[in-house]
Amino acid sequence: MSALLVTVLGAMFGAGLVLSGMTDPAYIRGFLDVTGDWRPELAFVMAAALALSLPFFQLIQPKMAKPIFSAQFSLPLATQVDARLLGGAVIFGVGWTVSGYCPGPGVASVAYLEPKAFGFVAAMLVGFKIADWFAPAK
Amino acid sequence: MTFLGSRRVTQVIIGGLLIGLSSVLLMALQGRIAGISSIVYRASFVRGSENWTLWFVLGLMVGPAILIATGLAAVPALESSWLQILIGGLLVGIGTKLGSGCTSGHGVCGIGRGSLRSILATVTFMASGAVAVLAMRWVGLL
Repeated sequence: MSALLVTVLGAMFGAGLVLSGMTDPAYIRGFLDVTGDWRPELAFVMAAALALSLPFFQLIQPKMAKPIFSAQFSLPLATQVDARLLGGAVIFGVGWTVSGYCPGPGVASVAYLEPKAFGFVAAMLVGFKIADWFAPAK
Repeated sequence: MTFLGSRRVTQVIIGGLLIGLSSVLLMALQGRIAGISSIVYRASFVRGSENWTLWFVLGLMVGPAILIATGLAAVPALESSWLQILIGGLLVGIGTKLGSGCTSGHGVCGIGRGSLRSILATVTFMASGAVAVLAMRWVGLL
């Protein structure tokens, strides 16, 4: 697949993050603030994205012999629910609230030329490496 | 509970559809999961066959830049302190690497695939995020 096409897909994703409010930390915390002044709109982001991804992954992708521009589908094989998965998710959720960013919005916010977005991405890369060093995947 | 009105909800839904469409096309065309934590990891640390991830990451910034340049979106306020950004970023990196994904890979693609791992991971990080909001308010950070 051409670099241009991948960039366009990334741009589509990034624009979606901005329009949906995912790059607005106050909005994220408002969504996660279920016991306070809850702002439920972000549920519509996932609902809208799933409205496309669910039918695609359930009905269309299984019938495709291969992706259009590559030799094979690369799908996660793990099925085990373990402490690594859930512990990682707990840590991620806390980091999401504390910073106000999950990975995509953090990277997308670099486009705002916000110094703290650069700082977030740098810290996230260090976090990736810490996980690699101290808890390498088997 | 504050509901921001139908115009805002329309934007939110359009945003979600764009995220979903990009994810579907990345799988249909390239055969890859649009999981941003994994894509950023590969773009940063894996070369060779994973070079396509660099272009996707570039696009993640080009899309917002176009929206801002054309006035279709405004730069949101950021109230997180540097300490929150750096500690939070570190935790996001550690957590998504251990947990094999983030909001996009688990929340959109994984749930779309009906993966039990992704469903449980998504419920877990949303719950821990909600608890963290409570904790931050308790210590006066919100």
